[in-house]
Amino acid sequence: MSARDLIFGSIRRSLGVSGKEATRRKTVADRLAQHPAGIVPARGQLSAKERLALFRTMVEAANGSVDEIADTGVVPSAIADFLRRHNLPMAVKRGADPRLAALPWEREGTLEVSVGPSDGKDLVAVSHAFGAVAESGTLMLVSGPDNPTTLNFLPDTHVVVIDGKDVAGDYESLWRRLRETFGDGAMPRTVNLITGPSRSADIEQTLILGAHGPRRLHVMVVGGSE
Amino acid sequence: MTLTSPQFKYNARAALADAQLQRALSKGLGFVERRRLAAERLPEFESLRDAARDIKSHTLAHLDLYLEAYEARVTAAGGKLHYAVTAKEARTVVLDICRSASARTVTKGKTMIAEEIGLNDFFEQNGIQPVETDLGEYLIQIRHEMPSHIIAPAIHLNKDQVEADFRRVHTHLPKDRNLDEPATLLAEARGVLRERFLAADVGITGANFLVAETGTSIIVTNEGNGDLTQTLPKVHIVLASIEKLVPTLEDVSTLLRVLARSATGQDMSVYTTLSTGPRRPDDPDGPSEYHVVILDNGRSSMLGGEFADILRCIRCGACMNYCPVFNAVGGHAYGWVYPGPMGAVLTPALIGVDKGGHLPNASMFCGRCEEVCPVRIPLPRMMRAWREREFERHLTPAAVRGGLKFWAFFAKRPALYGLATALASRVLWLFGRGSGRFRRLPFAIGWTRHRDFPAPQGATFQAQWRRRRR
Repeated sequence: MSARDLIFGSIRRSLGVSGKEATRRKTVADRLAQHPAGIVPARGQLSAKERLALFRTMVEAANGSVDEIADTGVVPSAIADFLRRHNLPMAVKRGADPRLAALPWEREGTLEVSVGPSDGKDLVAVSHAFGAVAESGTLMLVSGPDNPTTLNFLPDTHVVVIDGKDVAGDYESLWRRLRETFGDGAMPRTVNLITGPSRSADIEQTLILGAHGPRRLHVMVVGGSE
Repeated sequence: MTLTSPQFKYNARAALADAQLQRALSKGLGFVERRRLAAERLPEFESLRDAARDIKSHTLAHLDLYLEAYEARVTAAGGKLHYAVTAKEARTVVLDICRSASARTVTKGKTMIAEEIGLNDFFEQNGIQPVETDLGEYLIQIRHEMPSHIIAPAIHLNKDQVEADFRRVHTHLPKDRNLDEPATLLAEARGVLRERFLAADVGITGANFLVAETGTSIIVTNEGNGDLTQTLPKVHIVLASIEKLVPTLEDVSTLLRVLARSATGQDMSVYTTLSTGPRRPDDPDGPSEYHVVILDNGRSSMLGGEFADILRCIRCGACMNYCPVFNAVGGHAYGWVYPGPMGAVLTPALIGVDKGGHLPNASMFCGRCEEVCPVRIPLPRMMRAWREREFERHLTPAAVRGGLKFWAFFAKRPALYGLATALASRVLWLFGRGSGRFRRLPFAIGWTRHRDFPAPQGATFQAQWRRRRR
């Protein structure tokens, strides 16, 4: 018997089932198809404006920073300002995401922008988030041809651009959007939920930012919630 | 790493006498206060704990079917699922995958299953170099130790020990460098490990959850090490045990809402990463092979039985953070992979009550572990059940059996019992009335060596009970 057969056999013996019971099969099939939501905390169930305010509060509580920007046209200059403010080199690496490609980068002559995955040498990366969750100040980024996962982890500073209307109250809203975008039961290779910059407290329980991932996480919310 | 659970008592004595360890433990676990605050901030926390318990119980009751669904999704996403009945089988499967990738170095995110199957030693015996990338795991790897806590593996170490280890191991760095602060130690580890991440052939992670709906494995970290481990090498191997299954993404959000709060007191850990299959045709990065090794190692036979509830465990560590025994002796005394109350219940099930039977005795039954468990596992009840099994199998030491017999003699004779306890408490009261406690007590040196024994204050419980009922 294969290991698989042995394990399934042992599970079924312990549970006293055959695996063919129609009611059990229906229970499981229904739950997978309907994916009922559990308890969704009231914290994130807010008006659009309050939701953005909560998102900001929660990102900051997780040691990230937030800029609110009126429209996409000024994102490159806001990024340039952010880099100057933190004495960072004027160079960023970004994915090929059309929402990032469409930004007027040429207006920032001194900002050097390259495109592609990171090889570990980039100091600053710019990504576009799929969505965010105000409840916990969490960003959701999905991998794909235009969104290299390495940009989320290798550079020292991670700047994430997000559309204000994509900031949801809870995770459940984003699971729904994932299903609408990728199909029921299907997922992109990687979905990264990111709440603040990387950290470790493994030495004497002292919390230090910048363990293996970015030391700094900066979120640019574009266009409010309308 | 050798199993030392059978000599728990010796380990505990050594731990209490270990000045370095006691210095590390004396700081107390900051997790406790942070968990309390995080729970207070979320009004739904207690009902989320009920929901989390119900999700895990439901999944375990339908585990065969959720496993089938999960398998179909993993395969559809281009991943490969392997099953392993025993630790040995799991090691062999992992080694085969590494060999077919011609792997020389393997980076590892934090995985308790790899500890459970003794993967690092096995790799070294087979010419593959494993590199732990979680800072705590890296520290214990260079010290050749076991983790002492399931989410803070190096909680038993002090900063100066870390400094000494880094100077011993990172010999390529300048000798006169300053390593006074945790921040400089972390920066050094980041630099050293960054090179290892980029050079590794295979990356191995654990899984906090496996999602049946989508065939997804999920890891939760704060450092980002697990993500570099699974993104950079060409092969990603996930090690998980069968009870990690959950039905849907909605169930994942409920569990995430209790996991980080119970573990570190964060609302959400920094990185929660959902991985489904290998790199897609047009992806610019990510592993080209995605394997999941599902380990049983005795768990399937626990389903439906007396100890099935421990399979709900989501490995947050709250039970050990709150455990007075764990806080006194640290995790190494438990002698294997899983310490604290959850370890005291799981270890005898995985390695046998003959070897792990001492661990359920390492409890005062204060019940704090059950009070804080996010999935409401009745840990004290199960520790008691192990004690009963140990007693039935005559594994309990003669002195304890003798003591129980002595007590039973009186307990079966209520009048005599009342007389003897009244006399004893009177005598103890007489001698202890000065300070209200004893620093030393004959026949109870095992107790008074490490803590005071409170002196009885007046009449026995039974006498007071009789009086107050009147």
